[in-house]
Amino acid sequence: MSLLEIRNLHASVDNQEILKGVNLTVNAGEVHSIMGPNGSGKSTLAQVLARRDSYEVTEGEILFNGKDLLAMKPEEAACEGLFMAFQYPVEIPGIGNAHFLRSAINAVRRYRHEDEVDAIDFLPMYREKLKLLEMDEKFMNRSLNEGFSGGEKKRNEILQMALLEPRLAILDETDSGLDIDALRIVAQGVNAMRSPDRAIILVTHYQRLLDYIVPDFVDVLVDGRIVRSGGPELALELEDTGYGGLEAKLAATSLGTRAREGEVRAR
Amino acid sequence: MTLATLTENSLANYGDFAARAAGHRLPWLKRQREEAFARFRQLGFPTTRDEDWRFTNVSAIAQTPFRLASDSEQPPARETIESYRIPGVKVQLVFVNGRFVPELSLAGDLPPGVEVGSLAAKLESAPGEIEPLLGRAHEPGRDAFAALNTAFLEDGGYIRIGKGVVVEEPICLLFVSTGSAGAPLMSHLRNLIVAEENSQASFIEDYVSLNAEPAFSNSATVLVAGSHSVLSHFMIERENMQSFNVSTLRVELARAADVASHSVLLGGALVRNNVHPVLGGEGAECLINGLFIGGGEQHLDNYMMVEHASPRCASRQFYNGILDGRASGVFHGRIIVQKDAQKTDAKQTNRNLLLSDDASIDTKPQLEIYADDVKCTHGATIGQIEAEALFYLRSRGIDEADARKLLLLAFASECLDRIKAGAAHTHIEGLIHDCLARVAHSVLAVSSGEKTAGRNWEEIG
Repeated sequence: MSLLEIRNLHASVDNQEILKGVNLTVNAGEVHSIMGPNGSGKSTLAQVLARRDSYEVTEGEILFNGKDLLAMKPEEAACEGLFMAFQYPVEIPGIGNAHFLRSAINAVRRYRHEDEVDAIDFLPMYREKLKLLEMDEKFMNRSLNEGFSGGEKKRNEILQMALLEPRLAILDETDSGLDIDALRIVAQGVNAMRSPDRAIILVTHYQRLLDYIVPDFVDVLVDGRIVRSGGPELALELEDTGYGGLEAKLAATSLGTRAREGEVRAR
Repeated sequence: MTLATLTENSLANYGDFAARAAGHRLPWLKRQREEAFARFRQLGFPTTRDEDWRFTNVSAIAQTPFRLASDSEQPPARETIESYRIPGVKVQLVFVNGRFVPELSLAGDLPPGVEVGSLAAKLESAPGEIEPLLGRAHEPGRDAFAALNTAFLEDGGYIRIGKGVVVEEPICLLFVSTGSAGAPLMSHLRNLIVAEENSQASFIEDYVSLNAEPAFSNSATVLVAGSHSVLSHFMIERENMQSFNVSTLRVELARAADVASHSVLLGGALVRNNVHPVLGGEGAECLINGLFIGGGEQHLDNYMMVEHASPRCASRQFYNGILDGRASGVFHGRIIVQKDAQKTDAKQTNRNLLLSDDASIDTKPQLEIYADDVKCTHGATIGQIEAEALFYLRSRGIDEADARKLLLLAFASECLDRIKAGAAHTHIEGLIHDCLARVAHSVLAVSSGEKTAGRNWEEIG
């Protein structure tokens, strides 16, 4: 059984269809990179997987570990082992980072009928992960993401992922806005998470991240559909030709897409 | 005979009260009480046409035939009181329906130079010490509640902290309403606290109900803060949802006094909390910190009057409100800077979270500045729980009720963080946790299936 099975997924925001029939299978142990131009639906796909309710699924189904993901609340999906690293992590003044992380870990543990972690046991757990992400321990005493730099926020997302140990991690444009040092550290954190029973989906616009985290598969999303799939070499090809080249190639084979291209040019 | 209103009931029984109340033989006190009663009759209860009561309709109080507790009523058992004590508090005066009950109180260990007792006892033993204090507490003509409080003045806490004395543990005044078989009970407490030069202490006023019967507490506290004293005052309202509570804290700050007033309103059907610091000595500092959390049909009114009367004083007002259900809240923050109060630094912030469409808040800053070299700022916000933050927490496995509770706690913690660590802090933190757990679940029960409204901050002022 695949870890994630997306079948003919259609989703809209404010009655505008963004995903127009996505099919994707992800097995445990795999790293997928979903690439595509701006507005192609990459982030929408990530948000739908994380169960954000502002996205309406109009058709299709998603099986996560054999279970109906679309019937789950966000917290249930998380407890079942799904994690999304946010493109824009939210700042929440007044909630301490350590308190938040322990609340999250314990929520997941309660769901799985496991013993909760107290503050003392939690300390060695996070210390090790902080080291891996080259984060100072002071981060734990600060309010959740409040006043964090872009790079610090992204590292904090990876820290959460490392502590929550999900079955499926979706990184929504985690590379955006990161300088090369921060990117290297984030990649180091993600690579440490690779394991035969975990799958990772990297949602990204640029190939640069994939120099550090080499995916097993690259899936290209254009206009709400996955139009090509291949190995890591596909990312390099896209780097050369750009999404424009790909869109032009597709346009030649699809009247609908060609009409849309015309609209874009007219603007 | 059934009496329909508080006024009718009071008129019928005032003679009795005046003839037997503590200190009834003192001519000056008799005169003060009678004048106040006459003033009450003349003023009548305020209406929403009065500017200071625009957002609070007190007719529910006026229309209930409240009466004073009679001598025959038995105080509750000591075990009953135990669950209302504050862990770590060793000195606690317990008042039941407005009267001091020494058997239920905790004497604790107080350093020399500290006097803690009841006003009624002091009126008998040393009325001469009380007279000047009552005089300065007088606020003639302010409103019917102040007049009623003086008219029925009899008991309350009397605390004196001597010069240079430091009291580590908070001194607590516990006001218990027991409810009654007959007409509901009212109490008019007057607390007098004098902290002399360079002393340090903290005081807790804690209002509780033993059951769901309605009661009306109308109390006034005068806190005289001597020069260089460092004091904290806590007002905790956690009575049942049928009760009425009107309270006034007047603080007189002498030179370089540093006073923090913390109001935590969680219970009560209709609550009006007046805080009135007078910064009368140069370099005095006052923190006026408040948190009010209401649900159901609760009405919580916070009325601040901060008076800067001397140069180089600083006042900080921070009030946070969380309102759910059909609850309504009021923040009325008035800052008066007198002509001589140059270099005044006054700040006022009121932030509110409305958790339902039917909850409401009226927030009204009011600045009256007669000096020309001052810094005064004020601001108010009204918002909702952020959908984005809620989703973030839920996406990490925290269920919706717990996520809401975390966000509400974060909002409330702004007030909690201004309270120094200690018994009062721990106690209030516990009360807030319990209260917000209830609120987080009730919001969920109402809104499940609906989408959460997005961030909607509204800046006022």
